[in-house]
Amino acid sequence: MLPVNRRQFLQAGAAVTATAFGFRLEAASAVARELKIARTNQVQSVCPYCAVGCGVVIHTTGERVKNARPTVVHIEGDPDSPVNRGTLCSKGISLKEFVVNDRRLTKPQYRAAGSGEWTDISWDDAIQKIARRIKDTRDKGFQEQDAQGRTVNRLDTLGLIGGCTDTNEINYLLGKFRFGLGILPYENQARL
Amino acid sequence: MTNGWCDIANTDVALVMGGNPAENHPVGFRFVMEAKRKRKAKLICIDPRFNRTAAVSDLYVPMRAGTDIAFLGGLIHYAISNDLCHMDYVRAHTNAPFLLREDFSFSEGHFSGWDAEKKSYDKATWQYELDGAGYAKVDPTLENPRSIFQQMKRHYSRYTAEKVAEICGCTAEDFKKAAALICSTGRAGKVGTILYALGWTHHSHSVQLIHTGAMLQLLLGNIGLPGGGINAQRGHANIQGSTDMGAWNMLPGYLRLPRANHVSLDAYLKATTPKPLRPNSMNYWGNTPKFATSLLKAYYGDRAKKENDFGYQWLPKLGETENQSWGYFFDRMHRKEMHGFISFGMNPVANGPNTEKMLEALANLDWLVVVENFETETASFWNAKKLGEKFYPKYVDPAKIQTEVILLPAACFAEKDGSFVNSSRWLQWKKAAVPPPGIAKPDHEIIARIFMAVRALYEKEGGKGMEPLMAMQWNYAQPLTPSLEEVAREVNGRDLTTGAQVPGFAALKDDGSTACGNWVYSGSWTEAGNNMARRGQEDPTGLGLFPNYAWSWPANRRILYNRASNDADGKPWSESHASIRWNGTKWTGDTPDYKADAGPHDYGAFIMLPEGVAKFYTTELAEGPFPEHYEPMESPVKNALHPNASANPCAPVMTSSADAMGTPDKYPYVAITYRLTEHFHYWTKHVASGAELQSNFFVELPEALAKEKGIKGGDAVRVSSARGTVEGPAMVTQRMRPLTVGGKTIYHVGIPIHWGYVGRVRGPLVNNLTPSAFDPNSGTPEYKGFLVNVEKL
Repeated sequence: MLPVNRRQFLQAGAAVTATAFGFRLEAASAVARELKIARTNQVQSVCPYCAVGCGVVIHTTGERVKNARPTVVHIEGDPDSPVNRGTLCSKGISLKEFVVNDRRLTKPQYRAAGSGEWTDISWDDAIQKIARRIKDTRDKGFQEQDAQGRTVNRLDTLGLIGGCTDTNEINYLLGKFRFGLGILPYENQARL
Repeated sequence: MTNGWCDIANTDVALVMGGNPAENHPVGFRFVMEAKRKRKAKLICIDPRFNRTAAVSDLYVPMRAGTDIAFLGGLIHYAISNDLCHMDYVRAHTNAPFLLREDFSFSEGHFSGWDAEKKSYDKATWQYELDGAGYAKVDPTLENPRSIFQQMKRHYSRYTAEKVAEICGCTAEDFKKAAALICSTGRAGKVGTILYALGWTHHSHSVQLIHTGAMLQLLLGNIGLPGGGINAQRGHANIQGSTDMGAWNMLPGYLRLPRANHVSLDAYLKATTPKPLRPNSMNYWGNTPKFATSLLKAYYGDRAKKENDFGYQWLPKLGETENQSWGYFFDRMHRKEMHGFISFGMNPVANGPNTEKMLEALANLDWLVVVENFETETASFWNAKKLGEKFYPKYVDPAKIQTEVILLPAACFAEKDGSFVNSSRWLQWKKAAVPPPGIAKPDHEIIARIFMAVRALYEKEGGKGMEPLMAMQWNYAQPLTPSLEEVAREVNGRDLTTGAQVPGFAALKDDGSTACGNWVYSGSWTEAGNNMARRGQEDPTGLGLFPNYAWSWPANRRILYNRASNDADGKPWSESHASIRWNGTKWTGDTPDYKADAGPHDYGAFIMLPEGVAKFYTTELAEGPFPEHYEPMESPVKNALHPNASANPCAPVMTSSADAMGTPDKYPYVAITYRLTEHFHYWTKHVASGAELQSNFFVELPEALAKEKGIKGGDAVRVSSARGTVEGPAMVTQRMRPLTVGGKTIYHVGIPIHWGYVGRVRGPLVNNLTPSAFDPNSGTPEYKGFLVNVEKL
């Protein structure tokens, strides 16, 4: 929607200014900026930080390259968003550094009881281990009925928190996970 | 927010209290500046710290942390006693005319019904006086001494400007200046907004604080109008959405989680569906059976039948008075009553109160699963002694911690689809731009894989609670990697007879013929498609509503309670401030918060409430039907209104071996925690630019206190509370003025939150200092206004 037109507009604007007035710094910056996002794929997204909900455009490259992973090269404010009209704050403007970051976790890790370090673990082993722990804890702590014989189907020895950084859809699935298991201790960031 | 970010530009007076949008919501704050520029709006900032919002405000008033109810109560008194209320609004749209029972009373800090032993209230005397038909009795003249208006007038008559000054530490003159500006909106043609954030919620009386703000806005006739409302700015991208999707005591869509005494669906619905309290009340929550039954159909599919109460028994039940919110379950974890814990994108070691207690609690678990973008203090809690260096010297060696930890790498926002809800209640759809790094996976796949693996184990081995586990519907095309579009359609709901997406919650039924995962989101993904992804730029009202951009809950309504922007006859209070208008046959403009074709007199303006009108007075909160000033749980002074009921009598304070409360003789200063523009919570210490711009933890001290202690800017200081200590360089400023409270000079100490022992930059966790004291209604910890001492190192 927005990308092609804006790019064409910028190119046209740069050309006109340069022809009419000779070298102009604004025109050069526009071109330099344009080079940064030339040939990128553009995806509409929303800033993950505070709840103003600024629209962002994520620029990526590498989608059409064999043997390469697509990567984020630039993130900027979405000019079509009535909330931010293309602007971002000092945190939002550096969102690319959040996504493309050498501190990101890239593989599952395990810390055994009493151990002083992390060790790598495969996804399959990690999921199996978690499922086993959940089942053992649940088998021990699940209450089908309370002391008065009322059906309660509850589990209060296993806690679950999160969701505030995640989408509604993931929160909905987390709810199904929670109520399927019967988990009562549950929180998100709303009160912290 | 009742209103929204863009709408703030419509205001005449913006009161910012308990928030600092210039620094913490800078892009949203543009709309305050726009109102100042275009409408000559006034900005008032009331805060213990002269922050950057204060710097551009028309009036700044300093106040002591934790005394906001006294200030707002003073504003209520000021508005009533100076005849500045919007009385036509109050008469038409609030419960001011309702009569209370004769045995309702308040004295010495307690309302009638107080049980000192149980530390709770019997609320019988708080109820309205009812007539034979079960409706509340009213006095439209508001003159009956038992009317809520007269009771409110009497209750807040104690909150004089002088009393406010005595409690809050501001001057009576400054209070009156603020009151005159704020109350200038108490008439048609002028409208004021309130913007707040965690400075209002981080208290042991936070819900009542927001209640007081809402009361003030009702008295001034500012609820439901463009440029008005009471607006929570909210801290996380989807904190609104995750709350919409449930809480410890809630199902999706603010349906209550059943309790053990709700032994059948019928009993549950009887207990949770309100009855109208006035003949003209629409009482929209009367539709609770439709929303609940449709949720059960979404959860349990074909297994949910009328004969089995639509699977109601499979839902877990809370005990009758049980509380499973943060403070309570971490206390249980600390007492070794919990064995396993799963954290999806949260960091309790950093963000929970009393860090050492968090660490000890996690060490008492058998196992912990953390799903994250970055390593966190929680994932590496067992290594706190090494990573946290001097801050956790007492903490034990990893060899003694028997908790197994599994850390799973998750996709970040840019790597998955789905919707976030911003503070304006706009559901905005985003698309995945790139795959996650390495072999990290999106959270929905992680949830699905764990859930399917647990089920497989039960299928193989059998075990407890098989039925509820297996009954939960998980019929996605790819059960291990559900598409979020598929999930979003399930959330919106569909007609099970035709298979079509429902157009909105009005189509939901209680007979099992509709399924809907969250009724307040019904309308977000209809037969017309994904409304959350809409990009329409039109703004037909000119009020910044943008009805075709994204989708706003409920029903794409942009301003809640907008019927109240018109008088009883359906005429706008002012031509410039009505988002809906009655044209004789229907309401036009914003989606009306009212039946679209019902005449102005058909229903009360507040259709969600059983009263049909907004409430000054409510029986739903723990510590009273009217808000009352209580001191923080740790306070430098006794309550000036009733020293024998000083702090909130109903607020829970935990008493584990790791918990302790301080007294002013040892900890004389009032501490507040705050945030910096350059950082987001505990995330951006991993991001290079945030880490470079604000690399170091610091402690902000007032000049006068620093002078008293011989501390200069940059000197190392230790801040201690009854729970723990933090150390760092002092930043000496004039931003937190010494305040005189009850004849004593009170100093504040300000501490930013963003560091921890894992990150590109590291520093102490401020929650080393904070108490496990909570609001009794919401369970929010008291992070603003606790006691500390300061020493030069």
